[in-house]
Amino acid sequence: MGIRALTLAALALVAMAEVFPYVWMVSTSLKDMAGVTRFPPALWPAPPHWENYAKAWASGPFLRYAVNNAIQTAGILICQLFFGCLAGFAFSKLSWRGRDACFLVVIACLIVPPQVRFVPLYMLFSKVGLLNTYASLILPYAVSALGTFLIRDAFLQVSNDIVDAARVDGAGTFTMIFRVLAPIARPTLVAFSLFSVVYHWNDFFWPLVMTTNDAVRTLPIGVAMLREEGTGDRWHIIMAGSMFVVAPVLVVFAIAQRHIIRAFTFTSLK
Amino acid sequence: MPARWVGAANYRALASAEFWDVVTNTVKYSVGVVVLSQVLGLALAVLLNERTRVGALLQASIFSSYVVSWVAVSLLWIWLLDPQYGLVAWLCRLVGLPAVNWLGDHRLALGSLVLVTVWKSVGYPMVIYLAGLQAIPGDLYEAAALDGAGGWQRFRHVTWPLLTPTTLFLLITLTITSFQGFDIVKIMTQGGPVASTVIYVYYIYEQAFQYFKLGKASAAVVLFFVVIVALTFAQWLAFRRRVHYTT
Repeated sequence: MGIRALTLAALALVAMAEVFPYVWMVSTSLKDMAGVTRFPPALWPAPPHWENYAKAWASGPFLRYAVNNAIQTAGILICQLFFGCLAGFAFSKLSWRGRDACFLVVIACLIVPPQVRFVPLYMLFSKVGLLNTYASLILPYAVSALGTFLIRDAFLQVSNDIVDAARVDGAGTFTMIFRVLAPIARPTLVAFSLFSVVYHWNDFFWPLVMTTNDAVRTLPIGVAMLREEGTGDRWHIIMAGSMFVVAPVLVVFAIAQRHIIRAFTFTSLK
Repeated sequence: MPARWVGAANYRALASAEFWDVVTNTVKYSVGVVVLSQVLGLALAVLLNERTRVGALLQASIFSSYVVSWVAVSLLWIWLLDPQYGLVAWLCRLVGLPAVNWLGDHRLALGSLVLVTVWKSVGYPMVIYLAGLQAIPGDLYEAAALDGAGGWQRFRHVTWPLLTPTTLFLLITLTITSFQGFDIVKIMTQGGPVASTVIYVYYIYEQAFQYFKLGKASAAVVLFFVVIVALTFAQWLAFRRRVHYTT
């Protein structure tokens, strides 16, 4: 009994250490400069300065950043799902010469991290004049080896009888893929989508390398720049700005946490 | 500018004391992150391996940091670790510890980055270990209990051996992801103080985008890729040998 209480206390402490910094983030975002530099710090500001959020939003083209972030994340997801379904179909339900060799290449791509590709891709994009475009953000991720792998796996589970029956009913290839197979593979598609969206919404490295222009910069870059431009330690503004990138993810996480945890377990254990 | 063949010159350019410092920093950072997050992740998974409401809530709150942007987490921790007004400084003072300059002291900065990384990503090994634990058949524990095994013995002789594939998987995966660490360095320390936190990918980035030595950066990328391929291959070998272990 004593041990149980002790474990629970230890666990509560860890959970507290994990969550409290976010409380602190929100609390700081509602303080004024005097509140930020007060020592010892106050747990909660009175009165809360909600205008910090407006100030942070106005301190750069944040609407642009947010729109760009959404375009980047959605563009990548749509391409990955589209090509993933096409390739997954070709690798699972069609037989053609060289299929297994090609699939081996896809598997090999799984182990190439973006940090390996960015130097040659940067040189390539700069040569063809595509730096500072949505293309440089989306195209390198338009095809996902992981997505192809997972979708192929899900399509393989679908009985060939269903495929044959659909074909007899006159389904063309696209109907077959997007109307017959994709709905059956929905759990896989949802899991992969959550994984992809979280990754690319938060991505800092790739936009940092590919963009130097506010017209295509994304939220993580904009938020990181809040500190660089800041005069002194405007932590209330920086924390408010950070919420632009954090809040959407945490809201989605709060709603779909079980799915997200399952998605991250599923995508890595396959 | 036209490309020119330079043979191995770019690789020779890498062979410097500076580069070895980078490799050392990377290894230190990786070992710290992998060991700490794996031990902590396993402990949390074992303790939280019950399907209760509180358990689910604790799991979710511990995992939540894993999906939050590195940029936000890094900024947040610069602020928390601020030697003057930071929350950590205040907590230290509260319990009578001396003020520490976590990111400004070259002996501590890399360790601070390790701790922040573990704080952010410990939820990942936790959920992977939880998935591994759930695959262990309950009757093994009943059998062990019948044989009079206590809690620690059950862990030592049932849980731990059966989790070997999970442990190996995490060992390699976490090593590879920690080798890719970049955001936290770029935002929290920019490699400083005195290059004590320059880790591999940050070094590549610096060479390519601050010194515009794309050849040298590419050479470093190739070495990096060789290591990743070797690690993945090691993982594959380990799994081939261990597959029978689970059944």
